[in-house]
Formats: sequence, C-alpha cells, structure tokens
Amino acid sequence: MSAPRIGAEPSRTARLVILIVVGLVFIVPLAAMFQFTLRLAGKSGYSFIHYVSIFHPDPALGTDYSPIWQGIQNSLVICVITVAIVMLVLLPTMLLVELRYPRFRRILEFVCILPITIPSIVLVVGYVPVYQRVAAVFGSAPWTLAFAVGIIVLPYAYRPIATNIQAFDLVTLTEAARSLGASWPTAIARVILPNMRRGVISAVFLTVAVVLGEYTIASFLSQNTFQTALLLISQTDSYVATIFALTALVFAFVLLVIIGRFGAVRPGGRVKKTRRPRGTEPRIPLPTPTPARSAS
Amino acid sequence: MTTRSIPETASPTVGSVVSSELRAGSARRSPAPRTPAGRAPAPGDSGGTGGSRPRRRSAAWLGFTPFAAYVVLFLAIPAVIAVASGFFTADGAFTLANLSALTDPTIVKAFQGSLLVSIVSALLGAVIGALVCFALLGTKAEGMLRTVVDAASSVLAQFGGVMLAFAFIATIGFHGVVTLWLKDTFGLDVNANGALLYQTSGLIIPYTYFSVPLMVLTFMPAMEGLKATWGEAAATLGATRFQYWTKIAMPVLAPAFFGSVLLLFANSFSSFATAAALLSQGGIVPLAIKQQLTSETIVGVANSAGVLALGMLVIMVVIMFFYSLLQRRAARWQR
Repeated sequence: MSAPRIGAEPSRTARLVILIVVGLVFIVPLAAMFQFTLRLAGKSGYSFIHYVSIFHPDPALGTDYSPIWQGIQNSLVICVITVAIVMLVLLPTMLLVELRYPRFRRILEFVCILPITIPSIVLVVGYVPVYQRVAAVFGSAPWTLAFAVGIIVLPYAYRPIATNIQAFDLVTLTEAARSLGASWPTAIARVILPNMRRGVISAVFLTVAVVLGEYTIASFLSQNTFQTALLLISQTDSYVATIFALTALVFAFVLLVIIGRFGAVRPGGRVKKTRRPRGTEPRIPLPTPTPARSAS
Repeated sequence: MTTRSIPETASPTVGSVVSSELRAGSARRSPAPRTPAGRAPAPGDSGGTGGSRPRRRSAAWLGFTPFAAYVVLFLAIPAVIAVASGFFTADGAFTLANLSALTDPTIVKAFQGSLLVSIVSALLGAVIGALVCFALLGTKAEGMLRTVVDAASSVLAQFGGVMLAFAFIATIGFHGVVTLWLKDTFGLDVNANGALLYQTSGLIIPYTYFSVPLMVLTFMPAMEGLKATWGEAAATLGATRFQYWTKIAMPVLAPAFFGSVLLLFANSFSSFATAAALLSQGGIVPLAIKQQLTSETIVGVANSAGVLALGMLVIMVVIMFFYSLLQRRAARWQR
C-alpha cells in the first residue's frame, strides 16, 4: 500500500486508533457495571455472592426480589401482545397498502414514523386519561400497556418491514401467484410471507428490545414492568439491579448481533441478491430516524 | 384517510396506473371471485364483508379499520389530549392563561437545562460519532466488525434508559470505578462540588454516551454515500486529500451531518428514563412534566403538564421540520 491514498477512506492506523479509543471509552461504564456487581457491600474484595443471592436470597437481609421476576413476566406478556399487534394490525395494513392502495404509502409511513416526533413523556400526558377509559373496559392489568407500547414500537417495526418490501417485487410476485391460480390466502402464506421473513424477524426482535427497554409509560401508568422493577429494586439492592441491567444489555446486544448475521447470510440462500434501491439503507434495518425512544 | 381515498380510487396516480390495472384484471379473472380481492391481506379485517357480497372496493377498505382504529385511539387521541389539555382550566373552560406556566422561573430553568444538555450532548455525540463513521469507512458492511458495532450502537442508543443510569453510577458515582481511580491516581475528585451525576449538567455525560451510537447509526449511510469516483476524480485533477475533504466530502456530507445533529438533539431532548433514574427533582423538561403530573405546583395554573407537553412538542416539531429539510438535501447525493 505505498500508493497515495485517495478518497475518504482512513488509513489503517487512523482507523485502529479511533476505534480502539472510542471502544475503550464506551466499554468503561459497562465494565464498571460488571465490577460493581462483584463488589462486597462495605468490604473490599470481589465475589459472585450477589449472583448467588438472586436465586438464594439471604433471609436475614429480607430483600424481596419478587417484583423483578413479576416485572419480567409482565414485560414478556406485553412483548407477546405487542408483537401480535405488529403482526396482525401493522403488517396486514402494510400489505394492503402495497398491494391495493400504493398511493397511501406516504400517509402510512408518516403515521408510523410520527411517534418519533412525539416524545413518550408527552404522549403519557394523554395516556393518563385514555387509560382511565381503558381500565374501565379491560381492567388495569399490566398487559393493557401493550396498546400504548405498540404505538411507541411502530417506527421500529415499520422500518424493517418497509425496507424488506422494497427489496423484492411484492406486486409482481403476487400477480404471478394469482395468475397461476393461487387464492389470496395461498399467495400470502406461500409467496409473500416467506419473502418477508427477514424484515418480519427484524421487526419482531426490535419490538422485543423496545418493549423490554420501555420505562416512561409503565412508570406513569403505575405498572410493574422490567424497567420499573429495576429502579425499584435498585433502592434496596443496587447490586442485583445492576446484575439484571447488565444481563439485559448483553441480551439485547446478542439479539441484535443475531439479526445482523441473519440479515447478512440468508438461510437457505434462495435469494442471494436483494435489490437495494440506491444502495443506501443499512443492512440491519435499523430505524434510522430514531430519537426519543432511546432512553424513554 | 377514508374520505381522501374516494377521488383517488377513481383516478389512480400515474405511478400506479399500470400495476393497479393489472391487479384489477387478474382479480377479475381469478377463479375464486367470491373472496373479495382486498380482504385477504387483512386478517385483522373485522369481517363485515360476509353475507351479501359487497363491491370489492368497499370490502378492501375495511382492511384499514383495525389499524386506523388503533392509531386513532392510542396515538391521535392521546396526542391531542396532551396538547389540548393545556388550554383548559380545571373546570373545563377554554383558556390561554395556562400558558403563563411557561414563564414560571422553575419551568424556564427546566427548558434551559434541557436545551443545554441536549445541545452539548448532540454536538459532542455528532463529532465523536462522525469520527467513528469515518473510521468504519471501507470496512465490509456485512463483516463481523460492522455487525458488532451496529448491534452495540442500537443497544446503547435505544435500549439504555434506566440501565445506563446504573452504569454511570457505577462509573462516576460516589464510589464509581473511575471516580476512585481518578482520586487515587491524580487526587482529583469529580464529585467535589456535589455529585456530578445528580446535577442537570452532569446529565451531559450519559446523554453523550447514547448520542454517539445514534450518530453512528444515522450518519453511516451518508458517509457510505461518498462515491469512490469522486475521490479518484479529485486525485486525477491533482487535489490533495485535505482539498478532497474540504472541497468535496465535507460540503456533500454537511446536510446529513447537521440533520443528524438535530436528530441527536431531539433524542436527548425527549429522553426521560436516564434522567428519571438519576435525578429526583426537576431540572429538565421531562422531569418537570413528571412533577406537574404528580402534583401541580405552579400557582394559578391548571393542567400545567399539558402546557409543558405543548412546549416540548413545539420544539420537537420545529426540529423535525428542519431535519426533514436537511434530509431531503442530503438524499440528493445518495442516489
């Protein structure tokens, strides 16, 4: 590589220096979290005692971890219902728009991206009265949160599915299936959905990540979810709260690495080259304009 | 949505003429005309189409019902309530007097705090994030490095919240790893003027921490849009790398960069969980909203949370408006 470099690419050294420095800075807080979970209260030295205490709580201390298990359980139930909303309400609507009313694509996109512009803390002001009505109909069980969370999730679910639809010729394939005599349900089940596996799976994973990370709405509607339970537990046992937080971060990271690998290597390898209009969208259909949800 | 459709179905827009013609044709020829063509893609369809076989068009329309109802109930209504509630007194009479809440000293301070934290963290995040994007140029998009960076960025940018607060307490809290290290090595106490993390300005640190990954996610596509041919053309014409950056790459990237800055700002401005886990009192607008929702403390003003929500939304709408303008400009170079 003695030729002078042209274009925007960095030199090897520059790349390594930047990535290593930034990487280290970003690892510090996470490493600190891990180190914290190993500390002993009031003493020096390290041990895994706090990890053990999750499953065998010390009765003398009287710490009760049941809120966090309950919170995780509630969050998982909300996950399932939110995923159901995405699959049974959003996905069919997107297909309907694509197949029958393409001119509404813009409107649908606008509606789906809209929740990004409205901070969840603002929506919460409106959810408080709305949920008084919801409670009258469905009761105030934690799963009802899924309706509100489903809105927060819309941009995250919409993006990967929309990117996927762009990447294959939905209309032509469907027309081909129909003209060969397939009924609509057959065309959808055997032609459309198999082609949308990637987008749908990304949407589901992102939905799961967003639901597990949701704090704002749950806290204002006084529901016990994973995040609110974390904060609650941290007041009595910050070690255990940190263990759960770190585990959740690692879990989400692994989940997203899997989406990434899944997107890169298609299992079955039937369609190797997906058409990428303009070649600009990220490989993982990451929700590009993504403010607000991060820490909300 | 429903009302807009009717004239449009009568005269389809140019782009979709061919395909909709084809679709209509194939649907008519289809061997099973009993299923209205538009019904199938909408399993959520409420089933109002049974019985007397209505016209196909109207049946397909019903497919929008579940989604439309859902969005109206849980997005439109709450958003309208949130904003409108600020204009009503406790008795339900319309008033503009509540807007005076926005001039209350604590609220003004909260807006200032929010703006300060968001602007600083957005700028820092944008610069560091852009550097990371630069470092990632030329790596394979499908490669392991990029997969890991993308995944880590998504987690930190969108999943952090309460958990990042814990991470920073463990890092620069009173007994944080970095705090102790700085104290032992340099005799420097970051918490000398009260706990750094529990002040409004201290929020800049965690906020920057989740702004950088968001920058990586949003700015990388623009960086990758830099065409190799531009660099070659510049080099052929005798440009140095410095000239290439200042005369070509930077002007091309500028709209995308500033667009991302706005996005980072909007993200920091509206985030709540990290701050809620760190600060018990106000200091930024989302926390002030929380305070007003739980106990209205501004004298003589009802529904003050609604007023603050309105203020926040106005700022967000302005930001997102400029964002979309810049985005459109940036998209020019990405074709």
